[in-house]
Amino acid sequence: MEKRSVYTNKLLPYLLLAPQLVITLVFFYWPASQAVWMSFRIEDAFGISTEFVGFENYVTLFGQRSYYESMWTTLVFSLAVTILAMSFSLLLAVMADKQIRGGSVYRTLLIWPYAVAPAIAGVLWLFMFQPSLGMIGRGLIAAGVPWNPMLNGDHALLLVILAAAWKQISYNFLFFLAGLQSIPKSLIEAAAIDGAKPARRFWTIIFPMLSPTTFFLLVVNIVYVFFDTFGIIDAITHGGPAKATETLVFKVYSDGRLGGDLGGSAAQSVVLMVIVIALTAIQFRYVERKVTY
Amino acid sequence: MAVVTLKDVRKVYAGGVEAVKGVSIDIPDGGFCVLVGPSGCGKSTLLRMVAGLETISSGEVAIGDRVVNDIEPAERDIAMVFQNYALYPHMSVYDNIAYGLRNRKTPKDEIDRRVQEAARILAIEPFLQRKPRALSGGQRQRVAMGRAIVRKPQVFLFDEPLSNLDAKLRVQMRVEIKKLQRALGVTSIYVTHDQVEAMTLSDKLVVMSGGQVEQVGTPTEVYRRPETRFVATFIGSPPMNILPGVVETDGRVSVGGQSLAAADMATDLKPGLAVDVGIRPEEAEIAAPGVAGCAFAIDFVEELGATELLHGTIGEGAFVLQVPTGSVPNGTKQVALTIAPNCVHVFDRETGKRLSRRPAEASKAA
Repeated sequence: MEKRSVYTNKLLPYLLLAPQLVITLVFFYWPASQAVWMSFRIEDAFGISTEFVGFENYVTLFGQRSYYESMWTTLVFSLAVTILAMSFSLLLAVMADKQIRGGSVYRTLLIWPYAVAPAIAGVLWLFMFQPSLGMIGRGLIAAGVPWNPMLNGDHALLLVILAAAWKQISYNFLFFLAGLQSIPKSLIEAAAIDGAKPARRFWTIIFPMLSPTTFFLLVVNIVYVFFDTFGIIDAITHGGPAKATETLVFKVYSDGRLGGDLGGSAAQSVVLMVIVIALTAIQFRYVERKVTY
Repeated sequence: MAVVTLKDVRKVYAGGVEAVKGVSIDIPDGGFCVLVGPSGCGKSTLLRMVAGLETISSGEVAIGDRVVNDIEPAERDIAMVFQNYALYPHMSVYDNIAYGLRNRKTPKDEIDRRVQEAARILAIEPFLQRKPRALSGGQRQRVAMGRAIVRKPQVFLFDEPLSNLDAKLRVQMRVEIKKLQRALGVTSIYVTHDQVEAMTLSDKLVVMSGGQVEQVGTPTEVYRRPETRFVATFIGSPPMNILPGVVETDGRVSVGGQSLAAADMATDLKPGLAVDVGIRPEEAEIAAPGVAGCAFAIDFVEELGATELLHGTIGEGAFVLQVPTGSVPNGTKQVALTIAPNCVHVFDRETGKRLSRRPAEASKAA
């Protein structure tokens, strides 16, 4: 049998591919190349003319202390969010996978947070943890914990980490649950008869069998923390106080849109793009080897 | 190695469905007990209760002299072979077999010795470093067996282990399982819906239906003397013919207008009582010329090679006769059959129970 599809009309295959190609070109390659192009230019203060400056934007960028601070913030933020979101969702999925009364209700409730818009999620968390208005914030202060995410940078970072992780848990939960349910029950039973206690069953059988799911979620979560947490940060802290929660993606926005430095901001987004591509490539290169499909 | 005793074991699921309705079986040390029955008869549930994968609603399961009702599967000293093999896909064959021993903190060199020995017995040495997905169905089956034997358990449990194999391999593995069980002498419980597997493997055959035990006995006993109409039609291939009959006097029964002697029919039955009469396809014989017999009208013939199946009717009832090929000239429409008195089985039409001269209890002991 001929493995390749054969089209009698020479144009038809191109026509069929066109929508996909056009979308990729218009929404990815064009903006990306624009960003690269802009990162080599400087715009004047009024936005009337631009000038080609080569790598000057990059040189300036890597000479800024604040950029390294933002990188550090991003590192702490992304590690914490990824670890929190993935471990909690796995825990919840394992518990929801058990045969319990009303299991489907729990499952539905656990999926809901994903439907909440990032800005609303951010505001919700802000309300809860606001030191003078929020229920939990006031409770913490009443309990003698010095809590003020509006002034204390570490508190602010902790709050956005919690909110960002909470937002992602539903998504991860859904995939982990599906992953767990696709593990044949007889494998667990065989392991039980083979003398493996529940904890050992989890780490030697269930967890390795979930590895494709875990790997997929790792890639998705890292992309999520790098790009999609902007709304939450913007709603809760605006990157403050004193840039304590300014991650790389937030800095692109604040320097470019608020600071008016389009060239520098473009350079930042190119660097960010390179980082995420590199991270994803590393994951596929090294982590995927440990995955058994 | 141990005796396995089931005492009035019941399984009632939440919602009140009773899957196993009080089963008592004794399996002697080293015995091979096969649970056979149609799907949904509770045989797998029963096996899983012995394994500890299902809770026991009431009754008692004992392995050796230890009641294991509340003991974890891991502590019961059993090994189980699953229908889908349940091999750990992310582990090599070696690790699959060694897993149970590692969980029990067996010394490394001891594990290696036992895994190699199991691999040698099952002829899977060349595949030890492979992953299960790189193996054929038969090889996976062997690995599953290896995982069971390496632990040297007191009891083997088999849950339809051959049903995922093709017909040829199934016959081959069946023989190997039997040989292996003989060689190791481990008490075994084997669940299947295949009556050929059941007959060939067991030294104790348990026929189940609807959550109850229909009959327990050696394969020959069950075949020769089915206690119920269900067992009669379930064991044996092609299944036993069941014809409507009427009790006559002197231990005779009338089928399709013909009078047959029934050696084992109860003597206290009222003449005229409507009963079911069972006759195995292979046990009726074509009468010699001039000898009177049951009139059998042939509709069509199925060739099986060495034998052929003649489909037709005796009186109003459908009947199948199995005879050596060429016993009847082509185009024969009617033959007379003679049936030996001890090959005529009589069952109560209502309850399906065998109407026997000997009480059921006495025959069980025999």
